[in-house]
Amino acid sequence: MTTESTHSSHVGVVAQIAREIGAPAADSVDREARFPAEAVDALKKARMMSALVPRELGGFGCGMIELAAMCEALAQHCAAAGMVFSMHHIQVASVLRHAMGQPYYQAYIRDLVEKQYLIASATSEVGIGGEMRTSHCAVQRLGDGRFKLDKDCSTISYGAQADDILFQARRGPDSPPNDQIFVLVRKKDYALTQKGSWDTLGMRGTCSPPFLLNSSGEEGQIFTTPFADVATETQVPFSHILWSSVWLGIATAAVTRARAYVRQQARAKPGTLPPAALRLAEVSSMLQTMRTNVHDVASECEGLMRDEKAGTAALSSISFALKMNNLKVSSSQVAVQIIHHALLICGIMGYKNDSKFAVGRHLRDAHSAALMVNNDRIFATNASMLLVLKDD
Amino acid sequence: MNDEIRAILKEHGRLAVDVAGLADDADLYQAGMTSHASVNVMLALEGTFDVEFPDRMLRRGVFESIAAIRAAIDELKQG
Repeated sequence: MTTESTHSSHVGVVAQIAREIGAPAADSVDREARFPAEAVDALKKARMMSALVPRELGGFGCGMIELAAMCEALAQHCAAAGMVFSMHHIQVASVLRHAMGQPYYQAYIRDLVEKQYLIASATSEVGIGGEMRTSHCAVQRLGDGRFKLDKDCSTISYGAQADDILFQARRGPDSPPNDQIFVLVRKKDYALTQKGSWDTLGMRGTCSPPFLLNSSGEEGQIFTTPFADVATETQVPFSHILWSSVWLGIATAAVTRARAYVRQQARAKPGTLPPAALRLAEVSSMLQTMRTNVHDVASECEGLMRDEKAGTAALSSISFALKMNNLKVSSSQVAVQIIHHALLICGIMGYKNDSKFAVGRHLRDAHSAALMVNNDRIFATNASMLLVLKDD
Repeated sequence: MNDEIRAILKEHGRLAVDVAGLADDADLYQAGMTSHASVNVMLALEGTFDVEFPDRMLRRGVFESIAAIRAAIDELKQG
């Protein structure tokens, strides 16, 4: 695969973990809706939880392009492992870009490098859903330098398996719903009460049930950068690019199976073009378009993030937000179309769960894409932005 | 001009507080203006002052306070 031959050795390490550890466990992770612990443990041993951390702080100094390739490689073999890895890095990126001026986080990142923590996010809230720029819960400052913060979360992916949780809340009990701060709480300082199950169509290994989160911490843990800036400059670009990379990995895996199926048919009757071969040619072109789109936006974003002066202004512009949202809606839709084509190519052999050409898991996993921040919500946001954007 | 900006914010900003009580340099986002509301504020400003905000000005910072909005409109009017 392209990811294994054209990227860094770090990507190669993750691809190897995906093939040798993620792949054999993927079916049981899906069937039992269990956390992909083997793959995540292997990623921790390979020090990949701090891959984004700059070299001088002990990480690998990877950027968006390498990270996207890692997510794609993982998701080719286990979509849940890819999604967990991507979500963790969205949180690490937020700390690195927005909180390294704070002593608490300078120490935290050293710890993260050493102990390879897994960070979850508690973005969604009961009564609000996935609208991350609105919060109901609020920081309660206790007056002794500490705070208390409770959040009723409609879902926390791998909440029970995470070491720490990063999330947004209102600045204080009197703040309006959009005046939000961002804060990391530590496992020793929070309690999670699971309030429901996670028995879903796909992405079952992300283990994302609803939880009540009761937490406390030091005020130094509260990001001094407003959440609005963290969301715009980091959370949205990282999530849309890394998630798209996960979906690209899933789609690639389905097409790989379809290709193997058509080759098998061709070998059975040399000289006759198998009936599904034309459809394979069509889906190959769709996959290439998707890959080009994801890689192009990842590359542009990495350039902006490495440009300390002009980059921030560009990242916070409406035109960039529109581009990120377009990537998300487009890749979430096309991934499902591509896998559906793969199913048509493989026919009954793709439909059977115990066949080596099975693409049922891929299709179910990919259907989550349009729902993770619902595409309808994103289209509404884009429609609104297009009213003022001139494209000049 | 500030009075017209305040009138637009009152009608379209969906602020959590009374705009009359806000200083010119008060943070409108902390006062409850959402991204969605800010788009309507931009549209109303463009209509009222007969200007068009170029894409480089379509950033949070440009609309974060009455003073910042005023500065942006002044810049466009002079240009």
